[in-house]
Amino acid sequence: MSSNLHDPLNAAERWKGEGRDVAIATVIETWGSAPRQVGSHLVIDGDGNFEGSVSGGCVEGAVVTEAVEVIGHGKARILEFGVADETAWQVGLSCGGTIRIYVERLG
Amino acid sequence: MDPHLLKELNVARTSRNAVLMLTDLNDGGSRLIRPGDVVAEDLAGPVSRAFQTGKSATVEMGGRTYFLNVHVPAARLVIIGAVHISQALAPMATMAGFDVRVIDPRSAFATAERFVGVDLVADWPADDLSRQPLDAYTGLAAVTHDPKIDDDALAAALEAGCFYVGALGSRKTHAKRVDRLLASGIDQQAVERISAPIGLDIGAASPSEIAVAILAELIAHLRTREVALP
Repeated sequence: MSSNLHDPLNAAERWKGEGRDVAIATVIETWGSAPRQVGSHLVIDGDGNFEGSVSGGCVEGAVVTEAVEVIGHGKARILEFGVADETAWQVGLSCGGTIRIYVERLG
Repeated sequence: MDPHLLKELNVARTSRNAVLMLTDLNDGGSRLIRPGDVVAEDLAGPVSRAFQTGKSATVEMGGRTYFLNVHVPAARLVIIGAVHISQALAPMATMAGFDVRVIDPRSAFATAERFVGVDLVADWPADDLSRQPLDAYTGLAAVTHDPKIDDDALAAALEAGCFYVGALGSRKTHAKRVDRLLASGIDQQAVERISAPIGLDIGAASPSEIAVAILAELIAHLRTREVALP
């Protein structure tokens, strides 16, 4: 499984080896019904290419945008997505859960 | 994250070694922990729980927040006996995400024609298992009905702490098996870990239905493992 071409952590190592800038996003906490379990990864390069997932496709777009910023300034960040308040969210999880995601730069 | 740490993590994952990435979410510092490594006293419980359950978690400790991302190997299933049930169980378990290996010393049973695309070994379980040892991330189903073949494998599975140990046979057959295993020096508590009669009780009748019952029981053991803290 870990030799899989689509394995995000293998992709991150490969991309770094090719000289690309890389950020790693990790699901660190979930509440309620969340599509991906704690520990799941999405890896992103400086151009916004990505591999893996942190949700069923609901919040990946927003995470990629944040990750490109993290690559720029190098400061890790914690993001939270959910549907706590219907009027307050633009990007959320259709399943009704909440997730926290840690985004850090590789190297 | 340090790229060298990522490389080390990927090497461990590829070689089927359990490993845990400990990240201090306050300052971003990370380190790799292997089972048995010394960690701060407060973190020892959560770390050992993560290795046992395979579940990653966030832990608050002394005003700091740590993320424990545990990577355990993909679960394996070793099937003792290249019998009719195994012909259904091997592809079903593969589809469910298990790495499957079938072992049977009887070359009439263990033929490539009967097990297309399956990792199949025509050898005695004791010999094969000494080359490819069982571990806590492996389940074992013994389905030959033949003590000469099943017993050694069951003993090895109990010894290795396999997350699932199942044995085919009626209650009567199993009672005799328990007597033999106890007589061979395996303790009562270990012998009671054997799931027998094998499989969830769904009234399975045909070999394929028994394979479904075994696979369901295997998954139940994998996903609801008891956490035994040291």
